[in-house]
Amino acid sequence: MLNVIWLGLIVVSMVVAAINGKIEVINQAAFEGAKTGVTVSFGLLSVLAFWMGIMRIAEKAGLMELMAKALSPVVRRLFPDVPKGHPALGYILSNMSANLLGLGNAATPMGLKAMQELQKLNPNKEQASPAMCTLLAINTASITLIPTTMIAIRMQYGSANPVEIVGSTLMASFAATGIALLLDRWYRRAANRRAP
Amino acid sequence: MYQWISFVSMWAIPLLISFILVYGWHRRVPVYESFVDGAKGGFVTTVRIMPHLIAMMVAITMFRASGALDLLLKALAPLCNWLHIPGEIVPIALLRPLSGTGSLAIATDIIARYGPDSLLGRLAATMQGSTDTTLYVLTVYFGAVGIRNGAYALKVGLWSDLAGVVASIIVVYLVFL
Repeated sequence: MLNVIWLGLIVVSMVVAAINGKIEVINQAAFEGAKTGVTVSFGLLSVLAFWMGIMRIAEKAGLMELMAKALSPVVRRLFPDVPKGHPALGYILSNMSANLLGLGNAATPMGLKAMQELQKLNPNKEQASPAMCTLLAINTASITLIPTTMIAIRMQYGSANPVEIVGSTLMASFAATGIALLLDRWYRRAANRRAP
Repeated sequence: MYQWISFVSMWAIPLLISFILVYGWHRRVPVYESFVDGAKGGFVTTVRIMPHLIAMMVAITMFRASGALDLLLKALAPLCNWLHIPGEIVPIALLRPLSGTGSLAIATDIIARYGPDSLLGRLAATMQGSTDTTLYVLTVYFGAVGIRNGAYALKVGLWSDLAGVVASIIVVYLVFL
């Protein structure tokens, strides 16, 4: 699927640029895009290195196991394939709580640690396991309690009440997450039926 | 309410960090060595993610620069009119799953042009804030552990993005109109 989207985006861009008689923008865009990719990666590096450092301390102190044990009943219903008390559950929980608080920077490293733990449980290392798909569904829809960036932008442009979108954002993201989890269950069941 | 929220978001990270450090110290964890060791992992992860990000950014930048995105929007205009969706927000809906910074740029532009307290401004903010960038999350999360076959995760992500767009429109119309 990603193969098709990627190739499609590039081929369509080429054709449109050729028809518009401005094929030269493709050259520029290709290298500009690559540069953006590198810039974003390096932006990610500082944040990832910092949070993964902090999270290693939390891990060594046993905080993840503690959290996983305390909150496992909730998350276990979402991730029935992950054994009780497994460290992946702790990372999933911190990933979800960071998303809720709008701490996107903190959510990604914890989500990645959760993925690495889930990969250890994954029998086929190249194919995503159902638990990984559920984690992804939660993260792409991401329930947001405080949409920090949008509040900041609304403040910047002189909104009378910058936080009034908190309620509407929460409701919309709640609906999207609910649908994502339902679809995840539905596709998981369909996949199970095809390969019993 | 706003003061309370900004208070919470201001204190959440410092409190979290100091709690982890103090708790780690209390449990006799070598905090400095552990931090450095963990940070190393961040470096490895970034190197693994970078090629994926470069590939996607190239395709998206080409799509925007070539004028293909504008063409797509023009083609979708009749449908938008029929569905009573303001055409201005369609680029956010289309770009949101592909590029978070791209759709953020468009949302900011709409807020600047129509005002943060206009219906369009509120809709743009709600749509931008209510979901995360599906393709980015997919690329980063699967790329970091070397998953090639994402099973049905992309389908789930894109359908829930559509659900998020529809929900944003309904909620904003109900709450603010």
